Amino acid sequence: MSTLVSVRGLTRVFDVSKPWLNRVLERQPKALLTAVSDVSFEVAENSVYALVGESGSGKSTIGKIVVGLLRPSGGQVEIAGVDLATETDGARTASMRAEVQMIFQDPYASLNPRWRVRDIVNEPVRARGGETAGLAERLLEQVGLAAEDADRFPHEFSGGQRQRICIARALASGPRLIVCDEPTSALDVSVQAQVLNLMSDLREDLGLTYLFISHDLTVVQHMADTIGVLYLGRLVEEAPRDRLFEAPKHPYTRMLFDAAPRMDGFGREIDPPKGEIPDPINPPSGCAFHPRCPLATERCKRERPEMRTLGATRVACHLAE
Amino acid sequence: MTTPVLSVRDLVVEIPTRRGVLRPVDRVSFDIAAGEILGVVGESGAGKSMTGNAVIGLLDPPARIARGEVLLSGQPIQNIGREALRRLRGKRMGMIFQDPLTSLNPLLTVGEQLTETILEHMPVGNAEARRRAIAALEEVGIPAAAARIDSYPHEFSGGMRQRVVIALALCAEPDLVIADEPTTALDVSVQAQIVALLKRLCRERGVAVMLVTHDMGVIAEAADRVAVMYAGRLAEIGPVREVLTAARHPYTAGLMASTPLAGHGRRRLRQIPGAMPRLGALPPGCAFHPRCDRAEARCRQDPTPRVEDCGGRAACWFPLAAPADRQEAGA
Repeated sequence: MSTLVSVRGLTRVFDVSKPWLNRVLERQPKALLTAVSDVSFEVAENSVYALVGESGSGKSTIGKIVVGLLRPSGGQVEIAGVDLATETDGARTASMRAEVQMIFQDPYASLNPRWRVRDIVNEPVRARGGETAGLAERLLEQVGLAAEDADRFPHEFSGGQRQRICIARALASGPRLIVCDEPTSALDVSVQAQVLNLMSDLREDLGLTYLFISHDLTVVQHMADTIGVLYLGRLVEEAPRDRLFEAPKHPYTRMLFDAAPRMDGFGREIDPPKGEIPDPINPPSGCAFHPRCPLATERCKRERPEMRTLGATRVACHLAE
Repeated sequence: MTTPVLSVRDLVVEIPTRRGVLRPVDRVSFDIAAGEILGVVGESGAGKSMTGNAVIGLLDPPARIARGEVLLSGQPIQNIGREALRRLRGKRMGMIFQDPLTSLNPLLTVGEQLTETILEHMPVGNAEARRRAIAALEEVGIPAAAARIDSYPHEFSGGMRQRVVIALALCAEPDLVIADEPTTALDVSVQAQIVALLKRLCRERGVAVMLVTHDMGVIAEAADRVAVMYAGRLAEIGPVREVLTAARHPYTAGLMASTPLAGHGRRRLRQIPGAMPRLGALPPGCAFHPRCDRAEARCRQDPTPRVEDCGGRAACWFPLAAPADRQEAGA
C-alpha cells in the first residue's frame, strides 16, 4: 500500500497572550500554547487512520492542518507528494484541495441554513467551475437520502440526515482523503451506527482514505486500521488496531483503555486514573505524562522520550518494551 | 419491603402548544430504593431529562405534570406548591446537571455557594456551615479543600467543577440525587473518576440516585437497574445486567446491537432503520412500531403498552424471548 498522507515533525503553536498593553503593565511574558508538538505519522492509501485523545490533545488541530485550514508552525504535511503550505504551483494546490475534504462534528453548525441542500452539496464543485447538473441528486441517493431532498433546507432534516448531507458534500469533488473530525459525536447511538456503516461502505466503494478523529475508543476500534494516541499535543503511541487494543505499550494508552466505560463492565470497580490533563501552556518537563504515570522515573522528568519502534508499534516511552 | 425513596406512578408530563398537547413523558412508573442507582437511558428527545426535571419540580412552564404521582419516601410531592418544593430541593433532593460551569454561580466563591445551601437547610451557624462545606469538598476528592474553598468556579478545571457541583448536591444530605448527564462534558479519564465518586457516595451514604445518561457503558458500570426510554415512554426496566445482555424490548435490543462493542472489530453494526419520531408526530399504537421488525397489527392499533400491561419488564406486546438458560430475575 502506498502512502497518501505523510506528516513529519508537525508542530503548531498558538499565541494566547493577553493584549500587548496588559503584558507590559502586568510584566507578563508571552503565553504560547503548543497544541501539536513534533508529530509524525503516515496514512496509507485506502485505509482509516484514527487519532484519539482527550480534549486538548491536539487531534482537531492536526485535522485542520491536514486539510489546510491552519498553517503548521513547523514540520510538513504532504498529501500525495504535495505540501499545501509550501507548494507554489497554483494548479497543483487547487487540484489537491479538491482531493481533500472534511466532515465536521456538528451537523447543525456546518450547513448554511439559508441554502438549499442542492446548493450546499454542489458548492465544492461549483466553486471550481465544475459541472454540477444532477450531481447533488446522485450524491444524495448515494448517502441514503432521496433525490427530491435536494430542494429542501437543512432544518427539515434530523441530525443523522444532516450528517449524511455533510458526507454528500464532502464526496462532491471526488476526494481521495476525507478528514472526519468527531463525525458521530453529536449523534444518537442508533443513528451513529447508520452513519458509521455508510462511511465504511463509501470507503470500500470509492477507495477513500479517512483520517478519523475521535475521543470514543469503541468507535475508533470499530473504524480504524491504524490508531495514533495523542496526549498533550504529542503522539505517544501508534499501532495497528488489534495490536494496540491487545497490547497497549504506553502507560497513557493503558490508562485510557482502563478508564473507558465498558458495556460489559457490570459493577466494575476501577481505580480511576489520577490527576487531570496538565496546562498545555506550561507542559511538564520531559515526558508530558510523567506527573500522572505510575511508572515514572527521574529520567522521565528530564528527558522527552523519542518515538521508538517495537515490532508493529511505535511508542514514545522510555520504559516501554 | 421498605418504602422506596422515590416512587413515580403513571407520570404524565404535558406541554400545551398551538398545534395540540405534546406528551414528552407518558405514563412512566419506576421506583428507586435507598442506596440504589437507577440508570435512565434513551436517545435525545426520549424524555429522560424531562422525567428528572418533573421529579424534582423543575419543569419549565408551560410543561406541567398532568397526571400521575411522584412520591418521595411515600409522600406525594408533585403538586405541593413552589415554596414547599423549594424547601425539599437541596434538603431532600439534590440535582447534578450536565454542564458544571453553568450550574455554578460565577460571581460567588465555591464556599459561599456551599455555605448558602447548608445554612438554608441545616440548623447550624456560620462557622459550622463552613466546616461542613470544607468536609463536603474533601469528601468529593478536592485536594487542599480548606485552601480552595475561597476560589471562584472559573479557577477549577472541568472535572473539579463537577466535583463541586456534586458536593453542592450532597452537602445538605439529601435522600435522592438526580444526576442529569453528569459526565457527558468530561474526558474519559475524568469521567471514570466522577463515576467512581458517585458510586462510592451512593454506597456510603445510602443515597438513591437517578442517573440520566445516553452512555450505555456508564450505565453498565454504575447502575443497579436501568430504565430505557423511547419517545417519552418507558420501553424496558430491570436489573442492568439482564436488560443489557438479554433485552426483551426490540428497541433495547436494537440499541445494544448498534453500539460498537470493544473487541468486536469491524463487524457491520446492526442499525435501527429511521429515527425516533418527533413528539408532535407520534405514530398511532406503539411509538416504536414503524422501526420494529416484529411489529404486527396489534402494535399499530392498540395504544402503546405500559410495562405493567405486558407482565414482564418490557413494554411490548411481543417481547423477545428470554434465553432458556437464564432465569428471569427481578422482573
